[in-house]
Amino acid sequence: MKLTRLKAMAVKETLQVWRDPFSLLIALLMPFTQMFLLGYGFNLDIKHLPVCVYDREASQDSQAFLKRFQASAYFDIVQVAGNYGEITTSLDRGKCELAIVIPPDFTERLNDIGVSSVQAIVDATDTNTANIAMGYAQAVVGGFSTDAQISATDSKGRPLQFIQPVDMESRVWFNEALESRNFIIPGIVALIMALVGAQLTSLTISREWERGTMELLVSTPVSPMEVMLGKLAPYFVIGLLDAAFCLIFGVFWFGVPFRGAVSTFFVATALFLVVVLGIGYLISVKIKSQVGAAQIGLLVTLLPTALLSGYAFPIDQMPPPVQAVTYLVFARYYVTALKALFLKGSGIFDLAPQLLAMVVYAAVVAFLAARAFRKNLD
Amino acid sequence: MFDRIWCIVIKEFIELKRDKWQRFRLIVPPLVQMLVFGYAATFEVYHVSTVVLDRDQTQESRELLSRFTFTDRFRIVETASTDAQVARAIDRSDAAVALVIHPGFANLLRKGQTAPLQVIVDGTNSNTALIALGYVNLIAGQYSADYAADLVRRGLAGANAKPVTVNLETRPWYNPDLNGRWFFVPGVVGTLTLVVVVNLTASAIVREREIGTLEQLMVSPIRPFELILGKTVPFFLIGLAEVALVAAFGTAWFQVPFVGDPLILLLGTVLFLFSTLGLGILISTVCKTQQQAFASNFFVLNPMFTLSGFAFPISSMPVVLQWLTYLDPLRYYLVVIRGTFIKGVGLDALWPDMLGMAALGIGLLGISILRFRKSLD
Repeated sequence: MKLTRLKAMAVKETLQVWRDPFSLLIALLMPFTQMFLLGYGFNLDIKHLPVCVYDREASQDSQAFLKRFQASAYFDIVQVAGNYGEITTSLDRGKCELAIVIPPDFTERLNDIGVSSVQAIVDATDTNTANIAMGYAQAVVGGFSTDAQISATDSKGRPLQFIQPVDMESRVWFNEALESRNFIIPGIVALIMALVGAQLTSLTISREWERGTMELLVSTPVSPMEVMLGKLAPYFVIGLLDAAFCLIFGVFWFGVPFRGAVSTFFVATALFLVVVLGIGYLISVKIKSQVGAAQIGLLVTLLPTALLSGYAFPIDQMPPPVQAVTYLVFARYYVTALKALFLKGSGIFDLAPQLLAMVVYAAVVAFLAARAFRKNLD
Repeated sequence: MFDRIWCIVIKEFIELKRDKWQRFRLIVPPLVQMLVFGYAATFEVYHVSTVVLDRDQTQESRELLSRFTFTDRFRIVETASTDAQVARAIDRSDAAVALVIHPGFANLLRKGQTAPLQVIVDGTNSNTALIALGYVNLIAGQYSADYAADLVRRGLAGANAKPVTVNLETRPWYNPDLNGRWFFVPGVVGTLTLVVVVNLTASAIVREREIGTLEQLMVSPIRPFELILGKTVPFFLIGLAEVALVAAFGTAWFQVPFVGDPLILLLGTVLFLFSTLGLGILISTVCKTQQQAFASNFFVLNPMFTLSGFAFPISSMPVVLQWLTYLDPLRYYLVVIRGTFIKGVGLDALWPDMLGMAALGIGLLGISILRFRKSLD
């Protein structure tokens, strides 16, 4: 291996990237659009959920009850229905996602036996939203119950004694305000790295085949190892630049905490890039058409990163066989490391298992990639 | 005119027939993605790993904690004996939730006072944390209500204690078991269709341009309009087949019901395909190489995916993003596809979305055909 030849190869590849400003622009814009859209768009918590109410009693108590839903930031009463049919239509059309029905004997039962029931019909098409909405509705109703209990009086007008045996004191660690943004942005870094790596590198060798420049390359004294390193170097730099963009944008624009060490962040990112670029290169050597290479590249790098890394969908909720598969997904280790670096402030020693796994992966991929390219024309 | 269009259609199908790779890519990756999505995409919360620290060690504290053992929402993975152990379990992600009962818990309860149950949650995954907190609240609330009722029954709560509560009976419609797959599988059908059709259309046209066969077509007697029709008809048919394949596979494998009218889904799919074909042709007019086409596909499709409501509810987005979602054909298609699969609603509920897709489809196809004609001159 000669440094001059390696340099020549890297310069050639850099020029090729540079002279295709369109692709370069996309590679550099991608972090921004992704961060921007997911940073703002990814919000699994609910706010202003449209609610339809059907008050069959229309008393002071039932109105007071509904006011609590109106006052909550989680719900917006968008419709007051006069019968069940209106509720059904409204849910069917997606105009509301929660319907509250107060029975005609709401106050009566509350005064007589102390227990009253209210119906909540929730559109469970989106199961996660439905789940969270039911939790908040329970909390709103719980608040009403407590206040009703405090202000209730017995038949002689004396205040009833209020009993609330257990009170939950909750503390949230690492992401104190339970911001969806803090949860998703560290993962987006992995997603962008996988995208850039897979997309750009999987084309590098196939392009030479399709354009016929491969024959030129084979006739030069450059060795396969030099081809690989020279071709990947510019993409490695682009990847690190993207990672730096992501870090700066995430921390300063979105205010996501970064509690770990920046150096650890770049060590982990460099390892991840080696794996992604190596896989992209391998595919590009094996598949000689550009579109085929790009598609397969996305399938083996982006898809697992998006779905099986725990970036958005929690791994511990997947069926056990799928959980076992995630150990083979290298992005899993990177995402775990990223989340720990951003939110938990873990040090390099806490992350040793993840980093080690990535080192092993990087070594294997680099070895395979180095052997893959042979200088012949068949 | 029709035989000229027919020729192009035949040519496209022959190309597809001779390209084994292309056929493979049309069938295998979408099915793999459907499988992975179906199994991996879930926001459900079960068996949350939990560490408990009972520093009271009384009947009451044990009773409360045992309620967490008997639910499939939580799984006790560790019984700690010090606060430091609790902190370490959370730090190392061995547990996502910690339940801590301090000494004196039972004493407070027996005196009729309020006793705290301390809950520590790892907020790294904000969604899991939020839902898990809801379940802790529910279980602690039930225990509390039972304990209060017990006090009242035994006359220990004072002469004039009487529980006053409002119960909330929740009824999830359309998906009574709250099965997350019912939500995701139809969504995957829409998303995959978008990706496959846009990619196919854009790359097929750019490839002809790149290898120079587009010029050959231009010198043939075919008119630009006929060329576009001849090129889009095959992709339209492939798109329909793709929807049928992925939808049939997904529903059969994951047992997702289809309660609506297939004709309405067909209408929605046709309208949606207009948009995707238009988008594909539009991208092909902007790009010179397949690599560029591929990169721009990604650049365009990713935001469409994020803004579609596929996984992230649109109503929780900032208002400006909500406006942007109206430009996303996938947004409307997901409403139609979920409406027909799960809700079983008809045109009376879905017409606004159909209209939205029709408008976008005509707009996109129109612009793309105009641009394509120009790029041929």
